[in-house]
Amino acid sequence: MKKLVGLGLTYVIIQALIMTNLISYYLQDTLVTICINIILAVSLNLITGFTGQFSLGHAGFMSIGAYVCAFITMRNPTILGFLIGVFAGALAAALMGFLVGLPTLRLRGDYLAIATLGMSEIIRIIFLNLEITNGAAGLNGIPQFVNWTWLFIFVTATILGISNFIKSSHGRACISIREDEIAAEAMGINTIKYKVVAFVIGSFCAGIAGALYASYFYYIKPDLFGFLKSVDILVIVVLGGLGSISGSILAAILLALISTYLQSFPEIRMILYAAALIAIMIFRPQGLMGSRELSLELFGKLGDSLKSKKGRV
Amino acid sequence: MEGFLQQVVNGITLGSIYALMALGYTMVYGIIRLINFAHADVYMIGAYVGYFCMTFLKLGFLPSLIIAMFVCTLLGILIEKIAYRPLRNATRISVLITAIGVSLFLQYGMMFFVSANVRTYPEMTGIMTQSINLGNIVISMQQIILVSITIILMILLQFIVKKTKIGKAMRAVSMDKDAAELMGINVDSTISFTFGLGSALAGAAGVLVGVYYNTINPLMGTVPGLKAFIAAVFGGIGIIPGAMIGGYFIGAVEVLVAGYGNSMYRDAVVFAILILILIVKPSGLLGKNTREKV
Repeated sequence: MKKLVGLGLTYVIIQALIMTNLISYYLQDTLVTICINIILAVSLNLITGFTGQFSLGHAGFMSIGAYVCAFITMRNPTILGFLIGVFAGALAAALMGFLVGLPTLRLRGDYLAIATLGMSEIIRIIFLNLEITNGAAGLNGIPQFVNWTWLFIFVTATILGISNFIKSSHGRACISIREDEIAAEAMGINTIKYKVVAFVIGSFCAGIAGALYASYFYYIKPDLFGFLKSVDILVIVVLGGLGSISGSILAAILLALISTYLQSFPEIRMILYAAALIAIMIFRPQGLMGSRELSLELFGKLGDSLKSKKGRV
Repeated sequence: MEGFLQQVVNGITLGSIYALMALGYTMVYGIIRLINFAHADVYMIGAYVGYFCMTFLKLGFLPSLIIAMFVCTLLGILIEKIAYRPLRNATRISVLITAIGVSLFLQYGMMFFVSANVRTYPEMTGIMTQSINLGNIVISMQQIILVSITIILMILLQFIVKKTKIGKAMRAVSMDKDAAELMGINVDSTISFTFGLGSALAGAAGVLVGVYYNTINPLMGTVPGLKAFIAAVFGGIGIIPGAMIGGYFIGAVEVLVAGYGNSMYRDAVVFAILILILIVKPSGLLGKNTREKV
């Protein structure tokens, strides 16, 4: 109940801020980026953080969602077309995730990372060479349907869907694979099945994120979904903490704000970003949240420990 | 047929570059199990050092090559010391993120100092401009020099790894770090040495690419870096002869696909080969299958 109230409040406050123009168009771009990054990071966290499968190809699935949604909404520019586009994009990405995941998820660790990286590069090169995707120039003039309401619906659905999945017995099975694959197998868990399930859910959500991206920024080209985009998403997940959904959300917000702030120094923006990345990894390799979740109880515990410290003094 | 042979000659030239870079990836992976994304940018910096020596200091080809290798050795050791050593016991994913951070730092740092513009290597003179015609096949002197320098460096590397004491230490650390430490091997300095050695080869590859293709820019490392890494995986990561074979194979495939197929798809073919080899034989061409122990 508390959660529902919190969610409703978030929606109403931001909607009010947009309607009173306190959030300018420029800040709205940041808001959209944050929401899309949250979807991407939470879904990658399911694959990398909870199931322990190291993927470097999330941008590839995102690009499939973006292109499919762009095709459909350009031919059918209505709200219904947009919704069909988002779901078709997500389904296409999920199908691709299934086809790629089935053979490659047998690989471990770094090998899987490299295989997924190769896969996303192949997707990018195919989009780069097809006639229908307009090659390197990309697609322009995609009808814009995404607004804060749609973003809020999709972000909430993704977060709730994935966090409920993790709490279910299927999610527990995924976590057990991360902890020890051999032990999980010995306990009778079909590891390949659960790895593929996590991978498919993750790529489905990445497809949604791609579709929202295409529909808001009305321009997509293959280079937007390169290796660097996959790295960006992975950085959010690791910075927030592997296996912490609230960590991913916090990190997505934090990184978008830092990046918006650094826009004013374009020459040294990426240098500072890289230096910050190295420093964070050296001083806090487990990420902001570790594998804990941010919740009201956590604040309660913090308060208790502060009180007990004061008591001792 | 002659066209094919000409492509093979070009493929061997390109393969030499990949092989030199793949050696650095494979040695670092063999010793600390890290995909060193920054390796590709050490190669880029090697190319810039060579450019600087030739254009502003007016040095010849060989002195520039040696200076670039030396600078890259120092850079490699420095990167290891600052960025990777504090994370020796951290999870592998955080070390990987650090490697990506170092890579971005070098790329954009270089862009800040030398600007993003493409630079052109000075015109070669004397023997470097000549070429040999065998029937219709043209082999330029640059290609011969490039391939022979690569082979000399590889033989030197094999000698260091197989015959010297530090090479023995490298092999021991890559087999079992803890046992090597118990045997009195200084693990930290061995790892530093491995980074230095790999970076020197990357620096050499950078200068050779500059001389052969003429143009360099701060982002030149990314794509060849990925391909060199694929070459290392292809040959069996951690295995030095495997990296050499993988490098020449990937170079040849790329040139042949560009020559006979669609040159736009040459990168896609390389990645497809990677995925195939990973599915069929993840340990690579020369790798041994290790049994999983519980």
